Amino acid sequence: MRNYKEKIIQILLTSLAFASLFFLIGIVFILVKESIPIISEINFLEFLFGKEWYPSRQPPQLGIFPLITASLLVTAGALSICIPLGVGAALYINELAGIKQKKILKPLIEILAGIPSIVYGFFGMLIAAPFIQKIFNIPTGLCALTASVMLGIMAIPTVTSISEDALSSVPKSFKEASYALGANRIQTLFKVIIPAAASGISTSIILGASRIVGETMTVLMVSGGAAVVAKSFFVPVRPMTSTIAAEMGEAAVGSPHYHALFAIGLILFLITLIFNAGAEHISKKYRIKLGLGR
Amino acid sequence: MKNKIVENIGFIIITLCLLATLFFLALIIYFIFAKGISVISWEFLTCAPRKAMTAGGVAPAIAGTIFLTLGAVIFALPLGMSCAIYLNEYNPSGFIVNAVRIGVNNLAGVPSVVFGLFGLAVFVKFLGFGVSVLSGSLTLGILILPAIISASQEALTAVPQSVREASLALGATKLQTIVKTVIPSALPGIMTGVILSIGRAAGETAPILFTAAAFYKRGYPDSPFSEVMALPYHIYALMTEGTRPELQTPIAYGCALLLLAIVLLISSAAIILRNKYGRYYVS
Repeated sequence: MRNYKEKIIQILLTSLAFASLFFLIGIVFILVKESIPIISEINFLEFLFGKEWYPSRQPPQLGIFPLITASLLVTAGALSICIPLGVGAALYINELAGIKQKKILKPLIEILAGIPSIVYGFFGMLIAAPFIQKIFNIPTGLCALTASVMLGIMAIPTVTSISEDALSSVPKSFKEASYALGANRIQTLFKVIIPAAASGISTSIILGASRIVGETMTVLMVSGGAAVVAKSFFVPVRPMTSTIAAEMGEAAVGSPHYHALFAIGLILFLITLIFNAGAEHISKKYRIKLGLGR
Repeated sequence: MKNKIVENIGFIIITLCLLATLFFLALIIYFIFAKGISVISWEFLTCAPRKAMTAGGVAPAIAGTIFLTLGAVIFALPLGMSCAIYLNEYNPSGFIVNAVRIGVNNLAGVPSVVFGLFGLAVFVKFLGFGVSVLSGSLTLGILILPAIISASQEALTAVPQSVREASLALGATKLQTIVKTVIPSALPGIMTGVILSIGRAAGETAPILFTAAAFYKRGYPDSPFSEVMALPYHIYALMTEGTRPELQTPIAYGCALLLLAIVLLISSAAIILRNKYGRYYVS
């Protein structure tokens, strides 16, 4: 009798263990299913490279090239802020901070990583955008630059946390060997520790990029929302995520617009999937390189 | 000599990076607190909005956020714990471990707006729950599931093998061992993960955009199938809808302050808890 109960629980747990995989497959299934109508209706290349995004026109013009370029532009801008600052901060925590400082800084950065994206969007809209409008003397502060700055700041704690983990898992013997050969601290840092942690740092950057590409509320509030192919950082843009968030409410269920928004979701999903796979691949290699495990 | 100068310049640059990071983050927190604090009052916390969102409080939005977050945890916690217990205690084959790990890692990286799309297609439309607390909670639940699985697994791994062996040696069955010894020992670690997930779920906006949130809802939600107001969505709505931005902006500052305070408090609590119990077994 008791054995019976144990068996049932085990079977139950086995089936529940697949929940995450089940939902992942469910997401892929739903995105593909809801995207198929649009891909079969209009030429896929036209969808991907069309320069006109006018979903409410008759017939609707659904080319997502401006949205893709906007996402790429904003992501590139944000990365150029969060990579130097995030990695730099990690180097400080790892190399210069004393034990006491470390004890405060590490949890602090982790706590700051939890600031909700809506707060960045709100701050960007009310404080950063007017400021940027003023110093660059541009018609509107709600533009690709502001979005890049806010997303860049948002991603710093993620990059710092993971980079710092990578730096602190470099074996101490590496450092000691370098000192023994007469290298000073900065030489050791740049020629030994950073190369040894390079794959971990790359992982942090990829995960940061993945978070930036998928970020919705911040860009929805500060990027300005114009669906045109951006030629500079100073014009309003409309990245993929904010297009979905802004337009899903008004798209009639089953209309080409509705399916197009799901197709954008599918593309976003694939981009982050590739990023995550890359991050995992690199971090696996790096564990082997440092002899940290199988 | 030259080396020394290079070294100092390098260290100065690194220090500046950290200071700039802390400066930006402090700036954001400072502005939200400075402009939001004057809005916070007893009325703001406990009353419903009045005069088309230009006066009164945000209590329904606070309540909505609590309902959505609790719903998400009620859904994700049993699921996530079962998954972690199975992986850790029942020695599944390598194939299953890999499959689950792929699921967890990739689900964790899915953009939040894509969860919103999934919730819209499955819970709102296909299962017919409509735009409701239930749909929003389930969507948020899936979003926090990977974090709960990872945290639970980490906590279970930290329980020493000797605890299990002692229980089995006393004649307890596997299930009794898990329920009466392993889970209680791992509970602080699991709770840390849960608290962090609560902070995350409370701040998420994109997943509830099409699955649960309403700009204005009279009173409190009375069933799992009613729409709700939620703090993060309320900030967005106040900034983009309505006709009196000069009156709405201060309220939005108040909401942002509340949300920020809640999220920062929750995540600090979790991290302090973890640092306290993290080395429970190591010594």
